[in-house]
Amino acid sequence: MKETYSKILKTLSREKAFYFFTSIGNYTGESAASLKEFMEKINHVNVKSLEFHLYRGDFEKWITEVLEDKRLAEDISKLQKTNLSGDQLRNQLQAIVSRRYQQLASSYS
Amino acid sequence: MKFKNNTLSLDATDIKILEALQEDATQTYTAIGKSLGVAHSTVYDRIKTMERHGIIKKYTALIDAEKAGTKNITAIMTIYTDPKESEKVAGKLCNAPEVLEVYTSLSEELQIIAKVVAENQESLHMFIANSVAPLPGVLRIRTSIVTKKFKETQFLIGNDPKKLTFIRETHNKIGGGQP
Repeated sequence: MKETYSKILKTLSREKAFYFFTSIGNYTGESAASLKEFMEKINHVNVKSLEFHLYRGDFEKWITEVLEDKRLAEDISKLQKTNLSGDQLRNQLQAIVSRRYQQLASSYS
Repeated sequence: MKFKNNTLSLDATDIKILEALQEDATQTYTAIGKSLGVAHSTVYDRIKTMERHGIIKKYTALIDAEKAGTKNITAIMTIYTDPKESEKVAGKLCNAPEVLEVYTSLSEELQIIAKVVAENQESLHMFIANSVAPLPGVLRIRTSIVTKKFKETQFLIGNDPKKLTFIRETHNKIGGGQP
């Protein structure tokens, strides 16, 4: 189990990091190469970027395919159905990701 | 055509030959010579010299992509970069088949401007997200998708406002000689 947690918490290469865009082709300059960094970036990245990626399914895809955390991907998928936007979306997303991060980090240590 | 201080400068005949080739590069030396009132051997010599010096880079075909049945989208990307990495970023972009043109521009920050084609908006986004944003030194990217094209042409030598004082450095192997 610890092995699975460490896989989810690992730091990725640049190629596998998540790059935050606000719309097609418009890169904010923010990226996340780990779940921890992803959690931190959610706090301050342009909220338009969160809306753009959430409703395209980009977060879900990256978390499933790169971090390989199906559970977190499912929680984010549920958030997609709420149609939240702005700071409400940011707060909810932050809560989901940080809850999962704390859970993994405490189980791993 | 003159060589001076290791540079090649074109004369009026050279420029007229270039104009004729840009109009129709399939013309024979004889046809060009006839229209300009010079011998075909002169046309041949001038063209070969300009080819050797890289003034004529290649002969190609202009394709109407729409008529050829391709339905691509075009976008202009402005990539803000760390100046230390900009050459490498530009080099990587040049190697990507999706990228047609690459330029650098210095305004407040160093920018790379690139013209890109993609099958659709999604493939454009995937190319930028997977191949451009991860390049070391890329700070942020702004992309504008072209919605309507009003003009697209190549540089025509006959349209140069100064009627061209076209000086090219000669290659060292030429060593200031002339045909």
